[in-house]
Amino acid sequence: MRGRSLDIQMVGLIAVNLAILAAAGLTVGERFLSPFNLQSMASQVPEIGLLAMGVMLAMIAGRGGIDLSGIALANLAGICAFLILGPIADSGMSGQVYLLAFGLLSLGVGLLGGVVNGLIIGFVGVTSIIATLGTQLLFTGIAVILTGGSAQTLGYVPALDDFANSPVLGLSPSVWMFLAVAAGLALWLRATKSGRLLFLMGSNHTAARFAGVRTRWLLVQVYMLSGAFAGLAGVVIAARTSSMKWDYGSSYVLVAILIAVMAGVRPEGGYGRVICVVLSATALQLLSSYFNFLALSNFVRDLAWGVLLLVFLAFSRADLSAYWSTAIRPRSKA
Amino acid sequence: MSDTDLQPAIADRPSLSPGKRIADWILANPAGFPLALLALTCLVVGAINPDFWQLANLFDVLRASVVEGLFALGVLVVLAAGGLDVSFSAIAALVMYTVTLIVSTLVPGLGILPILLAGLAGGALLGALNGVLINLLKAPALIVTIATQYAFRGFLLTFVGTALFMNIPASMTAFGQIALFSQVSADGLRVQFPAYFLIFVLAAIVTWALLNHTLLGRAVYACGGKPEIAARLGFNIARVRVFVFAWAGMLAGLAGILHVTSNRLANPFDLAGTELAVIAAVVLGGARVTGGKGTVGGTIAGVLLITLVDNVLIQVGIPSTWRTAVVGAFILLAGMFYAWVDRTAVGR
Repeated sequence: MRGRSLDIQMVGLIAVNLAILAAAGLTVGERFLSPFNLQSMASQVPEIGLLAMGVMLAMIAGRGGIDLSGIALANLAGICAFLILGPIADSGMSGQVYLLAFGLLSLGVGLLGGVVNGLIIGFVGVTSIIATLGTQLLFTGIAVILTGGSAQTLGYVPALDDFANSPVLGLSPSVWMFLAVAAGLALWLRATKSGRLLFLMGSNHTAARFAGVRTRWLLVQVYMLSGAFAGLAGVVIAARTSSMKWDYGSSYVLVAILIAVMAGVRPEGGYGRVICVVLSATALQLLSSYFNFLALSNFVRDLAWGVLLLVFLAFSRADLSAYWSTAIRPRSKA
Repeated sequence: MSDTDLQPAIADRPSLSPGKRIADWILANPAGFPLALLALTCLVVGAINPDFWQLANLFDVLRASVVEGLFALGVLVVLAAGGLDVSFSAIAALVMYTVTLIVSTLVPGLGILPILLAGLAGGALLGALNGVLINLLKAPALIVTIATQYAFRGFLLTFVGTALFMNIPASMTAFGQIALFSQVSADGLRVQFPAYFLIFVLAAIVTWALLNHTLLGRAVYACGGKPEIAARLGFNIARVRVFVFAWAGMLAGLAGILHVTSNRLANPFDLAGTELAVIAAVVLGGARVTGGKGTVGGTIAGVLLITLVDNVLIQVGIPSTWRTAVVGAFILLAGMFYAWVDRTAVGR
């Protein structure tokens, strides 16, 4: 796996991206490929891409690891940041300072929520499914309690709005931030000791433990990072939509998993590449925008996501298994 | 894995700490934890609001627990076999809406029995599809059933319909109205106890007998606990898996039909989002997502606890916005408690 920077999964995902672009370009035409539409599509990738990277980390960690609390935590983080700061008019800050404070607060709440997940999973020993199901409801519930169930409207804050919606060098700052975070995560996975030990732990937990890996702390790190990504997603959502609500993006739990599985992340642990998750997120966004242009309902989209997830689960079993044999392959049960 | 493995498994050894004794007792009596919480909740709520001790309240909780209870029995069987199902609410919605729509447009005079059987069969078929997919894709049950949940619900809302309708078959309305017990309370309210509750009781007894008194039940626990050993004992794990998901689907289909009969309308958007509360109930009842454990008694106690909490929040002055957080807290509480039990108990 390592040292091979251009694997079949990646080539396949690039091909999928190009194929959707081509199909949309041919059927919808100019409007789809206009710079405005491309930028608008790009600005929607970060929130879902960040959540998918969190799911990917939890999956790599192995033992059926998964993080189902991502979007709930993202919504909670945005809501907390907004409630602490208040509307910008009340806070008396300049736009830039407000954006920075909002970002730091949201990131902080995300980190905190992630640490809670990590401690419950790593130290109390609750399986990640149950733990993150519980925190998903808990985070959502706290968001409902804090807001009384109503949407929180930011109003038009130029600095915040620009962060997600006005392009700098072709892409909005939120997309640049997403790419930087992805690069940082890739670097963490490849070049740091913790990152490399994570793959070992995901492949064989027992072996990792007997090799002296502090598996519990590693799990806390994993879920803390995942929580931090959720916090950042919270900022992007607030900036892009100018509002926050506890039930924003209710299908994101599925979509984040779909992106990770499409990217070839193994749900049993031990394998996953950040670049593939990024490509997988862009492919899904292209497809989603294409559906918009075709005026398909949300119900069709849900059906398509469900079927796609099944298809990619099948695809990852059938075609790519030969290529994965060079990767670390644990003999784990499904 | 820890050094407690080396100690003899004698629960009544005097040197055992109280913690180990409690953990051991819970392992032997899985319903103990949810029953204790249930009793505690009743006492606390009763102390805050004496109006709680009313027959109407008991009936409300029991009536509200029918649909969730049927779901929970299905999830229990799946969890015992080492799987997880989050698609049951989508199965129930698809089955209840499709069956009701077909019957009311084609054969509005159909009796309740064929309708119930159609619900059972439709649910079992969709559930079996879950099991087959998990076998084929060799993927975690959670991920496959998340996918089928969206596929089933997307299919329902795209191809079957999105409009709720009230003109359900007469036999369904009539069946939902049959009361086992009816009484006018002191303040003039009519208190009714519906007969369809008996279907839940029946489903619980059948599931209990299946798990405890058939070879198939043994196979379910064996496949959930130690799949490798179960396979060497000659159990066909793939077939057991299809069976448990079909069972869960069947109970979900039944729950969907009962949901329509009690509400007297068919709404395709109903039941979505009930998955997590049901899983919370089953996990509170002592089943583990790692498989091999779980009892019908514990599950029913868990369901009663979750429905009770759901019903009494307002009576003790907690706003309904707290509901989600409370259910989440219960999942975490149960997860952490049983993680401690599994770590601490001697007689594992």
